[in-house]
Amino acid sequence: MAVIRSIARRELRSYFATPLAYVFIVIFLALAGLFTFYLGGFYERGQADLAPFFNFHPWLYLFLVPAIAMRLWAEERKSGSIELLMTLPVTLWQAVLGKFLAAWLFIVVALALTFPIWITVNYLGEPDNGVIVAAYIGSLLMAGGFLAIGSCISAANRNQVVAFILTVVLCFLFMLAGFPLVLDFFSGWLPGPLLDAVASLSFLTHYAAISKGVLDLRDVLYFLLVIGVWLFATTIVLDLKKAD
Amino acid sequence: MKTFGSRTAVDGISFNVQPGEVLGFLGPNGAGKTTTMRMLAGFVAPTAGRAEICGFSIDEHPVAAKQKLGYLPEGAPTYGEMTPGDFLRFIGEVRGLTGIDFRRRLTDVVERLQLRDVLQQPIETLSKGFRRRVGLAQAILHDPPVLILDEPTDGLDPNQKHEVRELIQTMAPGKVIVISTHILEEVDAVCTRAIIITNGRIVADEKPAALIRRSRYHNAVTLRLELTADLAAVADDLRDLGEVRQVDVDEHASTVTAFPRDGAHILPVISSLVAERRWPVEQLHLEAGRLDEVFRSITTANSAAGTT
Repeated sequence: MAVIRSIARRELRSYFATPLAYVFIVIFLALAGLFTFYLGGFYERGQADLAPFFNFHPWLYLFLVPAIAMRLWAEERKSGSIELLMTLPVTLWQAVLGKFLAAWLFIVVALALTFPIWITVNYLGEPDNGVIVAAYIGSLLMAGGFLAIGSCISAANRNQVVAFILTVVLCFLFMLAGFPLVLDFFSGWLPGPLLDAVASLSFLTHYAAISKGVLDLRDVLYFLLVIGVWLFATTIVLDLKKAD
Repeated sequence: MKTFGSRTAVDGISFNVQPGEVLGFLGPNGAGKTTTMRMLAGFVAPTAGRAEICGFSIDEHPVAAKQKLGYLPEGAPTYGEMTPGDFLRFIGEVRGLTGIDFRRRLTDVVERLQLRDVLQQPIETLSKGFRRRVGLAQAILHDPPVLILDEPTDGLDPNQKHEVRELIQTMAPGKVIVISTHILEEVDAVCTRAIIITNGRIVADEKPAALIRRSRYHNAVTLRLELTADLAAVADDLRDLGEVRQVDVDEHASTVTAFPRDGAHILPVISSLVAERRWPVEQLHLEAGRLDEVFRSITTANSAAGTT
């Protein structure tokens, strides 16, 4: 545990050592506000809830989370520091988990900085704060899913830009797995039960349920499983490709 | 053994290093030095075969083996955005060094590698020499019984090279140290044993002194004469000596080198001949042997054999 904490702390610090962290947070907050007030019609709806805010999170994450994830391993491989990390007395799991947790914690920070909107809605009306807390948790879980996908892709690529683009595409597919856009591609040849399985992988479907305030254990488990599976894939990819 | 696709990088390299030994790993670029080091350090897994550090197999007990190991990867990679102070603290944490133990070790390595002045500067802003020293500090921070250093003096200036060699020598007693290098003087300066590899195979495994004795210059005598001297006449006279096998003349340097037959000691005969003939000799010396010449003859002979 101590090793994971050390790795995570080092990683998190490195975000703030470069402009990356500040650029990310500023853009995240600006876009979140923009979407909420202009596209979401926060005022015009006349309802005291944060639905217009949370509805756009998947789309925000689609581009911003891969930007965080792309450097997780690609940078270590490019600079050669992966050789240092992998020859320290740490296991692959500790390294993968430590770096993932750092990135996730960073998103927690960014998300926490959206607190003014929560204060605003409480000032303007009487929202159901339980729903808002649930939506925050759902949003974080979804970000974790995106991050885990990005971690694996980053481990497979030395080039950050390639890692970014591949992660965006893969996240997009996972996000919309339950929608015709993706499902139509499979519906011609996949048997019904498998098609249902693909549809049930959709991030959006699971997120939508949580962000409405229904914190169903299955949805939470789904995201935790996604994170676990992709991090496991990261360890396999790293084991195979770390020295290439 | 290690193969990359169809290319065999390292083939049947086997050796055992005892505490107190400083093993120099030599070979031309691409011979498999770095791959061997990486297999020892557990960064790449061998295709076949095994490596053990202090009795721990790097495959089966990687964490235990890596605890015993200090490793400087080729090029001394670090985290450039960190300061040496933060970086060493991170390494200490991961290696389980805390509190007073950590501070004691930190003071020690900072002093040994003279990092005091740069502790608060980001590593990426430091000169190459300092970056290499941060890499070395990281490797010796936990005072490991086994040290593997891949080209520890690469990119350092002569003074820094000297300091690093002294550092290695002061740490050597009781430790297993393996360094890779293609700088031959380094082997002579710090190693108690040298392994030469080429094309992934061991072609020599000896003490540096024994390696030098393989040189055709071993026990040869070189005379440097005044520029006006008749080199050809001197060479002819030397050739007439029974103990001399061959004589080389270097017009440019104004030297004549006599090679002995069967390692005979020819210095006494030659010096008496010099006195007798009154040759205008500026300098006369007995050659110990030339490591670079041994290195070249061993590695080129074997790579020529490898391609046929």
